[in-house]
Amino acid sequence: MTGFVSIRNLRKSYGSFEVLRGINLDVAKGEVVCVIGPSGSGKSTLIRCINRLEGFSPESEILVDGIPVATGRALARVRAEVGMVFQSFNLFPHLTVRENVMLAPRRVRGTSRADAARRADQLLARVGIANQADKYPEHLSGGQQQRVAIARALAMDPQVMLFDEPTSALDPEMVGEVLDVMRDLARTGVTMIVVTHEMGFASQVADRVIFMDAGQIVEQGPPAQILSNPVEPRTRNFLGAVLNH
Amino acid sequence: MDLFDTFLNAEVMRRSMPMLMQGLWITLQLGLASIVAGLALGLGLAMVRLYAAAPLRVLARVYIDIFRSIPLLVLLIVVYYALPFVGLRLSPFVSAMSALTLVSGAYTAEIFRAGIEAIPKGQFEASAALGLSPTQTMVDVILPQAVKIVIPPLTNNSINVVKDTALASVVAMPDLLKQATQAQALAANPTPLIVAAVIYVAFLWPLVAAVSRMERRFAARRR
Repeated sequence: MTGFVSIRNLRKSYGSFEVLRGINLDVAKGEVVCVIGPSGSGKSTLIRCINRLEGFSPESEILVDGIPVATGRALARVRAEVGMVFQSFNLFPHLTVRENVMLAPRRVRGTSRADAARRADQLLARVGIANQADKYPEHLSGGQQQRVAIARALAMDPQVMLFDEPTSALDPEMVGEVLDVMRDLARTGVTMIVVTHEMGFASQVADRVIFMDAGQIVEQGPPAQILSNPVEPRTRNFLGAVLNH
Repeated sequence: MDLFDTFLNAEVMRRSMPMLMQGLWITLQLGLASIVAGLALGLGLAMVRLYAAAPLRVLARVYIDIFRSIPLLVLLIVVYYALPFVGLRLSPFVSAMSALTLVSGAYTAEIFRAGIEAIPKGQFEASAALGLSPTQTMVDVILPQAVKIVIPPLTNNSINVVKDTALASVVAMPDLLKQATQAQALAANPTPLIVAAVIYVAFLWPLVAAVSRMERRFAARRR
């Protein structure tokens, strides 16, 4: 079986250090996968390879909707299908919230200004910040900025959404509002791959949880199994450290 | 008042004013044209220096280093007096503008490069993840932010270009300084030189002050 996102033998090294040591992963359409693991385990690198923000070894293969994640034209097609939300939001500070959401549809898809604006306002309403559309990102709280970033990614109607620790840079009181938006998104059937430390979110929303360590997938399965009854000692150690403090 | 008669002679001032205004007009044309051309050249060089294939990057770097090292007066004299020997005879205006542009472009390239490199990596990544092409990323995301950062150093460079236009008087360019020296010779009185100096300052002081203001504001925001 190959998934909507299909990763075969994914390897990546920084010099002699192997960050990813042969990852195989298939994610089905509409599936929500949470990737957990200690820092330095390669989980962020893994999802950054899916839209090739990170290059990877030529022997590796990643397919998104059957399209190889290579370079050039094909890569542009893949990137248009894959939305990404970053830990540090990365909103465009010189554009208003609405313009942030409008930019890619206008430039990449050639959407008219009016259509892009209408769609942006819909998406901003969906993530609960319709009334901030004319503000600049710096005037928004972290939680609001991250919700704009989600709306910006959704504006391209992506088939897959990648989340790279989307709540790690947020003040604790703002984590909930971002997770709520992600929870709603999961219900709409968007394929989601989420690197996170939020075990509560993983247990409630994920179809599958993947535990990574030292550049490999150590264990994966339904959240109830991985988070409550992990088989591998490394998973048990990690969860013990994360949950008992 | 002997001193006034010598340096600020009203009669000499009145008579030399038309010449000085002609010179000022040429100085402004030369300055503006060189600034605009230098900005375009600098932006192009910065792009090559940052993103082109390796051999071109090296060439851009060599260009930038050479034209930041060569004294402008030397370059100007080479362009005007040496190039005719290989059949390239440029008018004083084109010679002066070429020399000013070649040098200004080298400085501007380094300014743009610094501005682009100051933009966080996340901006490039967010653009790439959205599917923007490298050109779209540059035009829509990076340059608008980078240009804002480098407005003070670019203004400084523009001030330097306008000041350096005075060197064009050595290639018989009838700019403000040249006209002032000629008016001085005609009147046998240094008043036109003083007036010319005052005109340079009157035009450039506001720009110098604006740069200081911008730099203070930027520093305050960073704190």
